[in-house]
Amino acid sequence: MNSVLALIALATIGTAVTALAGRNLLHSVLLFAVSWAGIAAFFLWSGAEFAAFAQALVYIGAISMAVLFAILLTRHSRDDFAPEPALAGRAFAAVLTGTAVAGVLIWAVASSPLAAAPSPVPAVTVRSLGWQLMGPPAAALLATGVLLTVALIGAVVIAAGERPSKPGDPP
Amino acid sequence: MSQAATTNASFLERAPVLLRDWLTGSLPGPARWLANALIAIVAILAVFGLLFAFLTLAERKILGRVQNRPGPNRTGWFGLLQPFADGIKMLTKEDIVPRSADPFLHFLAPVALLGFSILTFAVIPYGRYLAPVELNAAVLYFFAAGSGAELAVFMAGWASHNKYSLLAAMRALAQLISYELPLLLSFVPVALATGTLSTTGIVAAQAGWRWNLIPHWFVFTPWGAAAFAIFMVSALAESNRSPFDLPEAESELIAGHLTEYSGFKYALFFMAEYFGICALSGMAVTLFLGGWQAPLPALSFIPSYVWFAAKLLALLLGFIWIRATLPRLRIDQLTRLAWKFLVPLALVNLGTAAFWSLTLGWAGPLQLVRWALALGLVAVPALLLGRGLSAGIGPRTYRYA
Repeated sequence: MNSVLALIALATIGTAVTALAGRNLLHSVLLFAVSWAGIAAFFLWSGAEFAAFAQALVYIGAISMAVLFAILLTRHSRDDFAPEPALAGRAFAAVLTGTAVAGVLIWAVASSPLAAAPSPVPAVTVRSLGWQLMGPPAAALLATGVLLTVALIGAVVIAAGERPSKPGDPP
Repeated sequence: MSQAATTNASFLERAPVLLRDWLTGSLPGPARWLANALIAIVAILAVFGLLFAFLTLAERKILGRVQNRPGPNRTGWFGLLQPFADGIKMLTKEDIVPRSADPFLHFLAPVALLGFSILTFAVIPYGRYLAPVELNAAVLYFFAAGSGAELAVFMAGWASHNKYSLLAAMRALAQLISYELPLLLSFVPVALATGTLSTTGIVAAQAGWRWNLIPHWFVFTPWGAAAFAIFMVSALAESNRSPFDLPEAESELIAGHLTEYSGFKYALFFMAEYFGICALSGMAVTLFLGGWQAPLPALSFIPSYVWFAAKLLALLLGFIWIRATLPRLRIDQLTRLAWKFLVPLALVNLGTAAFWSLTLGWAGPLQLVRWALALGLVAVPALLLGRGLSAGIGPRTYRYA
């Protein structure tokens, strides 16, 4: 059982690391899709069937498409993969952000209690999940959806307004 | 599955499961489970592989007859060996990869597309005892597995390093994404009515007959008929079938994102397309046409898988008939149909289904009111939206020179 988990973790983290280290943007996106599939496999391994399929549907079906479209709509030529120069400020910002995220994650993992004995598997059906989603978290769900839509429109506006306009151009 | 061995269903009904148990019965627990799974996989691949071969032949024969020509009739008896000749031809053709293409992705795209389309076969119940995998969220699994196809289409267009391929892939993606929404929305009323996402549960909810005559299939309710129509139109578009075959309009676009593919990779794309049609038709049968249930109580002696196969073949022949009848849409007409007609209609249909399940207790003359209201809820928005869709497009006047 644990060897399966190790394999899933290796595939998920390995593809994510390769995607981050790679220089080909398209390959990175496809590797990330594999990594997201690994997360879905983890959900499946831990018995959360619904979450696994929702993960696959949303991340592999929709998020990867959004990323691919964003890349294709914002680049000017096919071989426009040139990475930004490695400036000291950028490196500092990257380290700072990475440390902050790692800190939050480590704090979350360390502060959550570990079960001493295997807990009984709760009988969660899709129906009960639906009731949960339509209950108290419904407002948060809607707010998140609106936020994501606004972010998407903002990204389109930023990407579309990239061309520098000359003084003589018609408005 | 010893359940089949103990019930008093007819022998033919239990025959596939009994045969499997006879083959694997002597194996110990885990090995038996593995062997059963492998047998299910091999059976699905064999049945749908052969169906794919003969479906291409049936399509060419029927299209030929519709166009007043005989179709392929030289290979074997009445052209029956034509698909195998085509397969050998495709296998022996040279596999050309453009020099500047991304070779790995170029290879991966058809394989991934075929893999994703085969995955969807796992959750369709082909008979009373013939559900390969029973999942609590089976329908979600079906759509999740199908959504990977978009990634494969993008890979095909990108890896070819050809701007026409890439543009065609973007167009195909626009179509796939546009029609995924009505496809999913047309399924939601079924989940609303049955309260489950499991395909076996949905089929079980459609069991029985009214007055021993009309089956309780969802297609015989107002919301079910509307959802079935939306599902089938979206399925046509999702599987790139005519009249929505503009991703690879062979007569005008030299096959779109498949331009740089040849030989067996090209054949794999078509295999995936036909598998996709079969899977979506199977899902339509499961969701709306009662799955493996017999249409009349007196016909229940015929094994359930025969009924499933009959319904599936009827839908597939419908696909071919539509291809022979309708002209291709333009890309703007295609997206307009999705966003201005099918999506609003599917959303209204949710309300109709909710009304239908809220009025389950109405009896006597109230039944008539229920039917009339539900039919109105389906027909009036469809008529209004349809008029909006064709507004400004008057009857065409033909002028002769």
